[in-house]
Amino acid sequence: MTPAEYYQRDRTMQPPAHTPNYKTSVARSPRYSLISLQQSASEITGPVFGHNDIDPIDNDLIKNYAKTGDPVGERIIVHGRVLDENARPVPNTLVEIWQANAGGRYRHKKDTYLAPIDPNFGGCGRTLTDENGYYYFRTVKPGAYPWRNWVNSWRPAHIHVSIFGASFSQRLISQIYFEGDPLIPLCPIVHTVPDPAAIDRLVAKLDMNATIPLDTVAYKFDIVLRGRRSTLFENRLEGN
Amino acid sequence: MPQELNYLPETASQTAGPYVHIGLAPGAAGFDIYRRELGWDIAGPNAKGERIRVEGVVIDGMGSPVKDVLIEVWQANADGIYAHPEHPGEVEEGFRGWGRVITDFATGEWGFDTVKPGPVRARREMASEVRPAAQEEQIDAHGRGHQGLREMAPHLNLWIVARGINIGLNTRMYFDDEAEANAKDPVINLIEWERRRQTLIAKRSMRDGTPVYRFEIRLQGEDETVFFDI
Repeated sequence: MTPAEYYQRDRTMQPPAHTPNYKTSVARSPRYSLISLQQSASEITGPVFGHNDIDPIDNDLIKNYAKTGDPVGERIIVHGRVLDENARPVPNTLVEIWQANAGGRYRHKKDTYLAPIDPNFGGCGRTLTDENGYYYFRTVKPGAYPWRNWVNSWRPAHIHVSIFGASFSQRLISQIYFEGDPLIPLCPIVHTVPDPAAIDRLVAKLDMNATIPLDTVAYKFDIVLRGRRSTLFENRLEGN
Repeated sequence: MPQELNYLPETASQTAGPYVHIGLAPGAAGFDIYRRELGWDIAGPNAKGERIRVEGVVIDGMGSPVKDVLIEVWQANADGIYAHPEHPGEVEEGFRGWGRVITDFATGEWGFDTVKPGPVRARREMASEVRPAAQEEQIDAHGRGHQGLREMAPHLNLWIVARGINIGLNTRMYFDDEAEANAKDPVINLIEWERRRQTLIAKRSMRDGTPVYRFEIRLQGEDETVFFDI
């Protein structure tokens, strides 16, 4: 197979670097334009991960740091598919998540919020998508937490998510929000994304069909990575 | 209304935030959860080539070190081969070519050990732009023909995320002892402002017999590092 390029990233939909309402971005945003690259092997390749890299329990945040029992909080499943812009599944790709506990406190030495640490909750997980691009995690729903932006800024409940895809150009980090959370429209980090429809796509939807009765609520969250051009062979075009 | 194009739009990026270490480097966040963390061994024990250390700091627009950054590196081996099924050629067993480092919380310094990558073949269009019809079909070391074969200078691909960075920043690190190759590199030459090209070139020194390359990444302002839209 001849390697082909990925579609250009839509920088009018993606958040720009400089978003003054999210104050930290002001001093951390480049002022010059990005230099656009036609992709070479450096961009259309990327790291490959396998089941040797991770353990099966890594995607179960209810059990992967349990010491004396299960963590406190609303038990949820977050599941979905990793697809590309051509709606093709992205199989065997590494998905990593991290989050606060049910009270909005991170297990991080730099987090000093007064809500307590949960002794049975670490707050991170990782998994590989299956051959259909499907992934799932079991966890507790994270709480909102305050942060020093405006005087009274609160992050909506969210789970950070990191996805590799098949190439370095598909690499993406984003955040998963939850349907109906009234903090979403107030958050300056959410609103670094200029396109309201793109914000809607960051919101996981309650998925009653995947909910386990008397056990765990489920949310569905699909992730879309950049699509890829038709593969150009010497004497013919491979269609999408 | 014309027909819809049924492409799905890419998921929007969001900042990795201040606690990225929990997810991607939990040991640094202060707890032990995974059997092993990923990305600490880039080259493995069998990789050929010169063993090097790369160090640096990320500096914000106020001139202060960024102390909560996470950097991923993606590189070819000493033969210029990426550890990826689509790249022709084989890499040494254990060579992954990918690494992940975080900065020291107190100083903002980061660093990793690896091998110096070899030159990687450039895309054909780069070849024709720079050297029109200079070379005919050639056969590379792996028996594959490439019209207008041309190489990019040795480089590391870097991806930088942190609180305050809304979408990961892509850049490249080149080596100052590869001046001849750098001068011909098609990506460096894409940068119209010659002065800006210098922001991509790391400086070599020796420490205890090991080459150390220093690479400072300036997010904003004077000598702002060149970032790419790849």
